[in-house]
Amino acid sequence: MSGRIESTTLLQSLMATAFRECDAAARDPSRRVAWCSSVGPVELLRALDFTVFFPENHAAMLGASRMSTGLIPFANAEGFSPEVCSYMTSDIGAFRRNVTPLSRVDPSITSVPKPDVLVYDSNQCRDVVDWFSFYGRELGVPVIGVAAPRGVQEPTEDLVAAVASQIRALVSPLEAIAGRRLDPDRLREAVAVSRDTSDLWRSVLSCGEALPSPLTFFDGCIHMGPAVVLRGDPRALEYYRALLAELQARIAAGQGAVSGERVRLYWDGMPVWGRLRDLSDLLAGLGASVVGSTYCSSWVFGQLDPDEPFDSMARAAIELFIARTDAVKEMVLAGEALRYRVDGIVFHDAKTCPNNSNCRYGMPARLREGKGLASVIVHSDLNDLRLHADEGVRLALEAFVEQCLEARR
Amino acid sequence: MNACFYCGVDVGSSYSKAVLLDASGGFAAGAIRRTGLDFARVAMELHQDLLVAVPDARDNVARTVATGYGRDNVAFATSRITEVSCQAAACWHLFHQALTAIDVGGQDTKIIVLGETGRRTDFRMNRRCASGTGAFLEEMAARLDTTPDGLEALAGRGRDAVPLSSFCTVFAKGELLSLIRAGRPVEDIALGVYDAVVRRVVEMASLQSGTIVLTGGAARPGGVLVGRFEAALGRQVLVPDRPQLTVALGAALLAMREGEGVP
Repeated sequence: MSGRIESTTLLQSLMATAFRECDAAARDPSRRVAWCSSVGPVELLRALDFTVFFPENHAAMLGASRMSTGLIPFANAEGFSPEVCSYMTSDIGAFRRNVTPLSRVDPSITSVPKPDVLVYDSNQCRDVVDWFSFYGRELGVPVIGVAAPRGVQEPTEDLVAAVASQIRALVSPLEAIAGRRLDPDRLREAVAVSRDTSDLWRSVLSCGEALPSPLTFFDGCIHMGPAVVLRGDPRALEYYRALLAELQARIAAGQGAVSGERVRLYWDGMPVWGRLRDLSDLLAGLGASVVGSTYCSSWVFGQLDPDEPFDSMARAAIELFIARTDAVKEMVLAGEALRYRVDGIVFHDAKTCPNNSNCRYGMPARLREGKGLASVIVHSDLNDLRLHADEGVRLALEAFVEQCLEARR
Repeated sequence: MNACFYCGVDVGSSYSKAVLLDASGGFAAGAIRRTGLDFARVAMELHQDLLVAVPDARDNVARTVATGYGRDNVAFATSRITEVSCQAAACWHLFHQALTAIDVGGQDTKIIVLGETGRRTDFRMNRRCASGTGAFLEEMAARLDTTPDGLEALAGRGRDAVPLSSFCTVFAKGELLSLIRAGRPVEDIALGVYDAVVRRVVEMASLQSGTIVLTGGAARPGGVLVGRFEAALGRQVLVPDRPQLTVALGAALLAMREGEGVP
């Protein structure tokens, strides 16, 4: 890597503050904590003054800290298959063992913040519902959510109306838990901040189009924190303005994230959280920069519109990449490959995440034959390192970079 | 001035191989050893084997490319390249046509697709599983109380291959026990073991058309594995003269290319 992104210091401070606030809110009887799925209706929760905690972010931290693999067996022992979402199983394992990576951020935080309500959107997978339902049973708190459609080809107005009505139906139970009425202006404000955050995050990711790219997918996995955890919170705006300015300065200076960038790749699917650094170093050592990803782009919600909060939240949920058909995903990937001028695509086939493993229905072959796009499949997992073979992954990536270099000659 | 040589060393998971090419790219020597636990040592031993076979090469090896799982442990290598690229280089050198190369290695199986110009267009590797690899054959041989060579000899006498329903190595071993207990001829069981490998490889990529090249230690010309592949695919499968040395040959060819010994 050619120099650490300086904004990382601000990021760490911001994320630590957010986690402390969650911890404090859970200890304060006058405040309400909501757990929300990462692409759930967070703006509604912000508008009702909930402090929001994201279990998926927590699970990613379990993965990145390499705590997850040792915790998953505790969930397996309770009947959660080793083949279902390892975010869920590692998080349940952490709950059973009463450990959290938040303690590494701040030792005064000893547990996840106890929720008053759990709110999901099942557009990403069914596992999130099972995951939240586990906590609903364990903690005796209500679990409510939205069953947005999956496999969407056309986001029709009928679908939008159906999902929007489900989001509206959350208002009443959430008001009862929050002990206050929803202020429409507060909701519009939260949607506006989310939209602005999303626009800035999109601009950050678009910096990857530059030659050389000033950031990689691996950087994105870290810097997306506020786009997830602080969506709808004005502090995220401040952070992304700073990050964007830094990346634009890097572009102006011709400073790439990978020294001597000679191959550009695109990542599809989940990160391998416990090998983020290793894979970043491996590819950087080969002169390969992973300049874009469907994963980081999944927190770009250009649909959000403060003038139509419910409908636009529904549209964002329906048009989420993970919730689309393979035909749409294929079109998106082909467009992204052109936009980022990549030599090829790395498909991560995550064993426990079929919903975000997009190489299982022939897409790599179709992209190769139809668009001339080369790709490689990496078999691993998001959080369960028992499913990751370092040597095999290394060989696949090195061989793919060699193939890309050969194609450039 | 003595002629220079080019060396390729393939430190694989089960066996390590080395090839020495002369200045004109001609095959000068090859060597094979079990890898064991010390990758650096086996590489040195292979190097010595080559020098014993070709004394003129001493102090005259211009470049050495290391490949295979232990490529980083070959201290005398001038560069390191993956076995996928080495395999591609060797197959193009040997056959010079669009082809699909299947390398049944000790720990993994790779399928590499070369286009009309010799450029690699795709490659596949087996998943985190030993099925379809040399390790599968070794495990099954051990369960049948024989060696890999003994397994091939048994399979060579088989007439009616017993289908193995499981692709999982551990479960397949259990299945062998059931078949033995049921009194199925061990020769037919051994033949079924080879078919299990073939089925696993065939599902990795579309092999319905085009030229197929088979390499790796189990791919002996005229051997059982080649025959079972041909039966499954319904056409001839090409096998290099020294199938176990193909990747090392590719490494030596790339060493030569790096040293600009070849255009």
